[in-house]
Amino acid sequence: MGLFHFGDLAMSRQGRGECISLFLICIFLELCRGEAIVDYVIEMLDIHKSFAGVVANDRINLQIKKGEIHALLGENGAGKSTLMNILFGLYRPDSGEIKIRGKKVKINNPKAASQLGIGMVHQHFMLISDFTVTENLILGMEPSKYGFLNKQKAIKEIERISKRYKLHVDPYAKIENITVGMQQRVEILKVLYRGAEVIIFDEPTAVLMPQEISELIQIMKRLAAEGKSIILITHKLKEIQAAADRVTVIRDGKSIQTVAVHQVTADELAALMTGRQIKLQMNHKPANPKKTVLQIRDLVVSKHNYKHPSLHQLNLEVRQGEIVGIAGVDGNGQSELVEVITGMLKPDSGQILLNGVDMIKKKTREITKLGVGHIPQDRLKYGLVPDFTVEENMILQCYDTSPYSRYGVINSKVITEKTKELIHSFHIRTPSTTIPVRTLSGGNQQKIIIARELDRNPDLVIAVQPTRGLDIGAIAFVYQELLQVRDAGKAVLLVSLELEEIRQLSDRIAVIFEGQIVDMLDARSVDEQYLGLLMAGGKRL
Amino acid sequence: MKFGKIIAGLTVKWQSMQILISILAILFGFICSGLIIWLSGHSPLEGILALWVGIFGSPQAFGEALRMATPLIFAGLSVSFAYKTGLFNIGVEGQLLVGWLVSVWIGYAVQLPSIFHIPFAIFTAWLAGMAWGAVPGFLKAFYGVNEVIVTIMMNYIALYVTGDFIRRFLFADGEKSHAIRPSASLHFSWLTEWTNGSRFHIGFFLAIFCCVLVWFLMQKTTFGYTLRASGYNRYAALYAGMSVKRNIILSMAIAGGLAGVGGAMEGLGTFGFMPIQSAFSGIGFNGIAVALLGGGEPIGIFLSACLFGSLQSAAPTMNFQTGIPSELITVMIALIIFFVAAGPMIYTKILKKYKGGRFFR
Repeated sequence: MGLFHFGDLAMSRQGRGECISLFLICIFLELCRGEAIVDYVIEMLDIHKSFAGVVANDRINLQIKKGEIHALLGENGAGKSTLMNILFGLYRPDSGEIKIRGKKVKINNPKAASQLGIGMVHQHFMLISDFTVTENLILGMEPSKYGFLNKQKAIKEIERISKRYKLHVDPYAKIENITVGMQQRVEILKVLYRGAEVIIFDEPTAVLMPQEISELIQIMKRLAAEGKSIILITHKLKEIQAAADRVTVIRDGKSIQTVAVHQVTADELAALMTGRQIKLQMNHKPANPKKTVLQIRDLVVSKHNYKHPSLHQLNLEVRQGEIVGIAGVDGNGQSELVEVITGMLKPDSGQILLNGVDMIKKKTREITKLGVGHIPQDRLKYGLVPDFTVEENMILQCYDTSPYSRYGVINSKVITEKTKELIHSFHIRTPSTTIPVRTLSGGNQQKIIIARELDRNPDLVIAVQPTRGLDIGAIAFVYQELLQVRDAGKAVLLVSLELEEIRQLSDRIAVIFEGQIVDMLDARSVDEQYLGLLMAGGKRL
Repeated sequence: MKFGKIIAGLTVKWQSMQILISILAILFGFICSGLIIWLSGHSPLEGILALWVGIFGSPQAFGEALRMATPLIFAGLSVSFAYKTGLFNIGVEGQLLVGWLVSVWIGYAVQLPSIFHIPFAIFTAWLAGMAWGAVPGFLKAFYGVNEVIVTIMMNYIALYVTGDFIRRFLFADGEKSHAIRPSASLHFSWLTEWTNGSRFHIGFFLAIFCCVLVWFLMQKTTFGYTLRASGYNRYAALYAGMSVKRNIILSMAIAGGLAGVGGAMEGLGTFGFMPIQSAFSGIGFNGIAVALLGGGEPIGIFLSACLFGSLQSAAPTMNFQTGIPSELITVMIALIIFFVAAGPMIYTKILKKYKGGRFFR
């Protein structure tokens, strides 16, 4: 404004005209400046980052306003984590700049990020389970008085923060005694305790139960209302719609678009994220169940878990051409059930029949060969040997059968061909068949397991958390495969902690509580409230 | 600056850093040893030249170098075999001593034509080493006892038991056992003539054969596949229904067997008898170094065993020609291993500096 001198121009009539037009220009400029002046807490501009020639972030722009919940949506490997790791000081960008409250900064390490008021709630909690909440919170910055630990000061502060944001955290509780949801709140508290103004949540709902998720969303909203800014990394559209104000979609390392959440539908978001139209709603035909494949009678496992019997007189039946979903809160015997069926755990008593053959005394190897496909819960722990190549992982269940090996000698040629065939038919993206699977993305790793397990044409497929940590495209793929298997007349046992998944895929839902199937429901007419009640043990009480 | 970039570029190209690390480690090891020679007032160049002469100077020197490498190859194979199954076999030394004793005993006490005698003696050494290795394997598999501790203790047991055994049953003059019969000897006149009277023996070829055998077993058979699967990820092995316990025992037994044959090489080849050892031969521990430098692959083990073996056999020549103490070779080997072990750390640092992060997202 100061640049313009009106006085000189006010002389003549012509001058007055120019004066008015100039004045208008000035107002216009001022308005534009006003536009630009919106309170961005964090601006990441033109962030570029590549690893060994692979571009992870391709000139990404991200602007976070004060007091908003800003979702970062993208498939696995889209570059969300890289971007956040740059913001958190774990990586340095190749080019681009980061501004915090309008000031250009360099973030060299997490400590610097913390000092700038950036905190991160990690997906895997970084808490010491033997310590109390307070002890965990003050770790690394213990308040002291004359060289002695001054816990009282910390406890007061924790109580104050906890009250202000209604976190209901007990500072004296031991971490090992509180629920996962509460542990997450401790993580949030930790970040707040360290004075964070911007909180990054990395896939925060992956570990939570449905009720806990809605509580978390409430907490996030409260934090935002108090002026904190929240970055929510997720690939779950539902949560974005429930929690976020704005969303930035990232695809293939580029920021595709930033939109206000209420202006878009879930389908539009999914399309933005994947770059193609994807329908998540599975409109599958009703099941056409035939004869029983898996029959479990009075199964008891007592020694595995010392707290209470893990399986207690469990009965279950899975028929050809149907998907039976096991719904339940984690730790009610799901993993023991799967381990017993696959022979990895020996039950105390009971009967397991596969096509009428008793499998109790059989070893895992025999059970596998009798026609059980197992997509395990933890793909990197159980499903794959991460350091093995794609080829070697493909034969994990059939290495000792012809034509993959003969007289104990492995036939690499056949294996390579088979692997190529499966890579093609299951759309596995890998640069070669001889690369360690650890270098592939989670979705492709899961596809390898699915390809391996389904290719053997098993009568019974056990899928445990088959979409955990996968992006929407890969989830749709897994769903399709499981439905195809069902329609081909196989029996499918689906174990998942995600109720939505169980409801979408299953034909029948078996609710497991404290090692027992408490009810068997028809998936088509199930009432969510009632299901929740059963999962919480309502029927028993 | 440029150097780091080259390293980063090469590494990306090769996907695996192992070969690069080994080569750089050898290079750095030589440079640092040269520095030490220089500081002690000798000429590094002369020292290297003397080493060269000590290895390639004459057919005899060359034969001695390969002779020295032979048991090292077996020791290296033994360590890496167990390591592929996720076990750390520190017990090569003991397994080797047991194999050595048994081979000498069979070589001395049994009378057979050469064509049967040699294989029989080697085979029994193999069995003895196997038994010695299977014990820690068994304890690990069924009781979860740490194999490192057990194998170290088994080394001491082997050291004194073999000494006692020789003293009781095989004692000859000069604190050593009786010599083996000529029919069990691995020395062949044509080999000795060929290398101008060195102690080079047929065992070297057996070592090459075993390298191929181990490679085949590990990479090409279902047995090796299950061993590697159990080693890399025992949970996945359990998931696939493999018997991890059986694999642990077998892997330790085979590793022990390989070490036992390494002992037979000394017993039937190099010495033709067994001295009463007052201390460990060092072959077993050098075997760990060989396996480390060789990256656990048979071809790498063969090459690194040849390197260490020839350095050791050339040490006296270097001492004789330049006055540099022959202990320097031990220092050199230690330095090389230091750089191999520190390698991943140092080189990732370099990579981080020039590539700004990890390889893979």
